[in-house]
Amino acid sequence: MAEWVTLAEAIAANVHDGATVALEGFTHLIPFAAGHEIIRQQRRNLSLIRMTPDLIYDQLIGAGCAAKLTFSWGGNPGVGSLHRFRDAVENGWPGPLEIEERSHSDLANAYVAGAANLPFAVLRGYTGSDLPRVNNKIRSVTCPFTGEVLAATPSVRPDVTVIHAQKADWKGNVLLWGILGVQKEAALAAKRTIVTVEERVRELDAPPNACILPSWVVTAVCEVPRGATPSYAHGYYDRDNVFYRAWDQISRDRDCFDAWIKENILETTDFAGYLQATAQ
Amino acid sequence: MSVAYRSDEMMTVAAARMLRNGAVCFVGIGLPSTAANLARLTHAPDAVLIYESGPIGAKPAVLPLSIGDGNLAETADTVVSTPEIFRYWLQGGRIDVGFLGAAQLDRFANINTTVVGSYKNPKVRLPGAGGAPEISSSAKEVLIIVKQTNRTFVEKLDFVTSVGFLTGGDSRELAGLPGKGPAAVITDLCILRPHPVSRELEVTSIHPGVNREFISKNTGWDVRFADSCGETAVPDSVELQTLRDLKERTAAAHGVEGDAA
Repeated sequence: MAEWVTLAEAIAANVHDGATVALEGFTHLIPFAAGHEIIRQQRRNLSLIRMTPDLIYDQLIGAGCAAKLTFSWGGNPGVGSLHRFRDAVENGWPGPLEIEERSHSDLANAYVAGAANLPFAVLRGYTGSDLPRVNNKIRSVTCPFTGEVLAATPSVRPDVTVIHAQKADWKGNVLLWGILGVQKEAALAAKRTIVTVEERVRELDAPPNACILPSWVVTAVCEVPRGATPSYAHGYYDRDNVFYRAWDQISRDRDCFDAWIKENILETTDFAGYLQATAQ
Repeated sequence: MSVAYRSDEMMTVAAARMLRNGAVCFVGIGLPSTAANLARLTHAPDAVLIYESGPIGAKPAVLPLSIGDGNLAETADTVVSTPEIFRYWLQGGRIDVGFLGAAQLDRFANINTTVVGSYKNPKVRLPGAGGAPEISSSAKEVLIIVKQTNRTFVEKLDFVTSVGFLTGGDSRELAGLPGKGPAAVITDLCILRPHPVSRELEVTSIHPGVNREFISKNTGWDVRFADSCGETAVPDSVELQTLRDLKERTAAAHGVEGDAA
């Protein structure tokens, strides 16, 4: 059964130094509040997994939380580069970052395999690409029925998955809608799952095929209004495109980035404090 | 009577014309999304636009800034999960056209979006593969839209992220890739298509006001011109007005242009 706790309690209890952690959300519902709390609690040596690192992992990488990154597309959508990610890969700042690079199709399949408790994913992919040359976990398997050679890659099994959703009821059943990305698969592939939600409601009032994570597959649930900003929560608020553009400047320079993290994350007590600090 | 236009507008219009009405198109963000939506708003109202974040049949009124903007979900026929997009719809063989961009491209239309320099010690770390390796292999055909300079059109790629015609000739067929590969590369200078036998890209149509020397200078290999090479038709007033209106609506909605990525 999911336990209703504060986000600080959820991160302290479930995200430990050295853990394999996936914070998912495909452009939509990116769990920024949880990412900030991991920075605030100064977790180290995390092995981070995410299809699109986005600003959330740019922040975690730049703040020194990550030892490894598994990903498939690392840019600032609609803007350009992720400067902290690039600085880590190109110059090893603030520390060396091991990368395991895959394609979207591969990682999506690998989350499905993880949720299905299978050791590896199978896909028709990577033929002719140089990616298998630089990632020795991209291998192949021969179909026992047709003889076709297919790509085989390890399933994704995070210690902890963190997602953001629109609603949860008082029991901790979680409802999300709109662009769902890989959140359901990422949650079911993990040993423990933390969900932050826009609001806690009495009844979810959802139709039968809605995307619901039952309370008993969720470890902790936390009410964090606007917890996905500067990404968006369908039905609640829009993507903060101005911030995505501003991040290009904030993150370009190491000192400027450090000052921003200190002022807005390390020196605030929680996400409400962050929202207040950045609203000025 | 012709209207004044910019070279990037010529590129987008020429790319949009390539998308036939009714085609099911897997759309990359940025320039491909601009061109695919221009096609949908002009000659191809029944084109089905699929984005990797999950929307199928998206009809956005303004260009999405990210691959998962809310207006894609709101205007789609249905929204499915990202694994479903890649498994059932792309790998399932339901995509007619994959519409891609590129950071670097070679004479066989192989694409690099991973690194400039060596992989272990890159000069420039690019965003990476995204959906492109499987789009370029599984879509029935591929269109590539990219600005042409001798830094993007290179003799040898630093890294092959997504394949075109591999080493040319029948190497793509021999590798067993399901789709036919790139049908055309549309740039701000010209349109290139693969030679039917060698599969090397050759210029088949030159945009008005551009000459062969300028194209050669902006290509990192000794580019060939097809015997039948002609001139691209200038954007007509409807194409141009529709594109400008779309960009204006996008700028008003986002405070930025939609194909910035």
